Amino acid sequence: MRNFATLTRTRMLLALRNRMFFFFSVIFPLVMFFLYGGVFAKGKPQLVSYFLGPVIAFNVMGSFWGLSVALVMFREQGILRRFHIAPVSATDMLASSVLANFVLTLPTVFLELFLSWAIFHVPNFGNLLSLTIFVVVGTVSFASLGLVVASVTNTMQETQVINQLIWLPLIFLSGATLPLAYLPQSVQRFAVFLPATYLVNALQSALYSSFSIWKLMEQFSCLLVWALLTFFVATQLFRWEPEAKIPRRGKLLALATALPFFLLGAWENGRGNLLAQSQATFHSLDTPRDNPPQPSAPAQRPDKPF
Amino acid sequence: MGNPVLQVENLVKRYGDVEAVRGVSFSVEEGEVFGLLGPNGAGKTSTVEILEGLRDPDSGTLSVCGLNPQRQSNELKHEIGAALQSTSLPDKIRVMEALRLFASFYKRRRNPEELLKRFGLEEKRNTFYHQLSGGQKQRLALAMALVNDPKVLFFDEPTAGLDPQVRREIYDIIEELRRDKKTILITTHYIEEAERLCDRVAIVDHGKVIALGTPRELKTRSANTTRIEVRLSKPVVDGELKTLEGVVDARVLDGSYVLHSQRPPRTIVDLVKRLEAENNELVSLEIASPSLEDVFIELTGRRLRD
Repeated sequence: MRNFATLTRTRMLLALRNRMFFFFSVIFPLVMFFLYGGVFAKGKPQLVSYFLGPVIAFNVMGSFWGLSVALVMFREQGILRRFHIAPVSATDMLASSVLANFVLTLPTVFLELFLSWAIFHVPNFGNLLSLTIFVVVGTVSFASLGLVVASVTNTMQETQVINQLIWLPLIFLSGATLPLAYLPQSVQRFAVFLPATYLVNALQSALYSSFSIWKLMEQFSCLLVWALLTFFVATQLFRWEPEAKIPRRGKLLALATALPFFLLGAWENGRGNLLAQSQATFHSLDTPRDNPPQPSAPAQRPDKPF
Repeated sequence: MGNPVLQVENLVKRYGDVEAVRGVSFSVEEGEVFGLLGPNGAGKTSTVEILEGLRDPDSGTLSVCGLNPQRQSNELKHEIGAALQSTSLPDKIRVMEALRLFASFYKRRRNPEELLKRFGLEEKRNTFYHQLSGGQKQRLALAMALVNDPKVLFFDEPTAGLDPQVRREIYDIIEELRRDKKTILITTHYIEEAERLCDRVAIVDHGKVIALGTPRELKTRSANTTRIEVRLSKPVVDGELKTLEGVVDARVLDGSYVLHSQRPPRTIVDLVKRLEAENNELVSLEIASPSLEDVFIELTGRRLRD
């Protein structure tokens, strides 16, 4: 426990000294925030509130990149090897990086919320409990996914390639960048196999539709199971030595992390609840709400971004 | 002798088809500085890593500080300190932070301030790791090996890749530890290092201990002979140089001839006469009292550096 605490502190310190971290964890999410809030949502509170979920999801999922790259670098440079001589466990190493990343993700999330209130006049943030829970589960699960990728790849180059292969569908097919309801049917059917879809949906439902955690139980339980499973797999696949080979069992184990959402996706494909809900949320944008009544604008078309 | 802190019997380690360690046995007494001397790839590093509990042996009996390195790896890590090859620290960690961080992992701790002073790193306390010179990094590595006031120290090639002046600095540090009666296991392929620092040396080649004793004992194997190394303008017939006066051993080593002579002046006179008669010429001639290198050459027919 003590190791975990000191390691977490050091990790945070190291991240704060890293310019890349600052760019990817602060600048990049804020650029996304202003792009969606200012450009796509045209600064309209209701639309900003609609996009805030996906923007925060994007930020939270970014943990995936940072952690995979950091772990591979630590292994390749022999830094893990140095820690291996000391009485530090794999779980200490991994859990500290997940927690440090979580703590460092929070300020940007707060900043995004604050700015949407201060600049775009978003009046409230829906269900704060749900929001908090999904920021936590989202950060931890995607961070763990990054750790798994780091452990099944051998070089930084490989890691970057696999990261891209995972990252692109996660952001483009999950509703994180384009609303799910806006995507073609076939893509939507594929999207329900992606964990990102559930995180985006849950954050949006919490922020925009004020859903309580009870109404989001499906998303919550699946992301939680996935977070635990992925973290467990990451501890199992962890390698201290750069030249250590991945056992064949390891690759199977890594694939197992896709299982929960594979099952949920199949179920959702039959049921269609999640898709129907995101459709409904999307169409709710047609009816302006919370906006002060605008006397001279009965003929105004509802603002829809796309 | 006293009680062995470290015991190795018939250690075997294979990597796939390659037998890196083939039945190594030795023991190290308390307060002794023991060296494993041998060329790269002789199995020294594997042996050390197995003793530290970082790797599992294929067979053999081991005991370090009365513990089994594989089964009691975690307890053992509290008792040992190590500076291993190709280990590193994060770029943006400061010297003092690194010492404090690693100290925090152990039950027993030494004052990091005192280590900083002892290893001449006081002025560098706030310097980032990546800004340190090679020698400073190595001094920090040695200081870090001592943070838990270990019972046994492992230094794997402590001066590899350092320039001669820095190497001497490291020797001074290790000699000081030797005076403090620390038990140390050093691996090296530098003769000078083994002769100067070690109480006893095991010469290792192809995964086997081929000679073991104090440097003095080992050198007397080359019983009162002087080493004469010559280069000639034309090759001579195999075995001819063995017939020179006083010569007990003659070998060809990468183009030069290494002779061991009991009467060097006579040998040289005889050699010159012989060369003149054959129209051959002396290109260079070196005379040295025998070193551990000669022991190695005698035993393997090869130089240590190859």
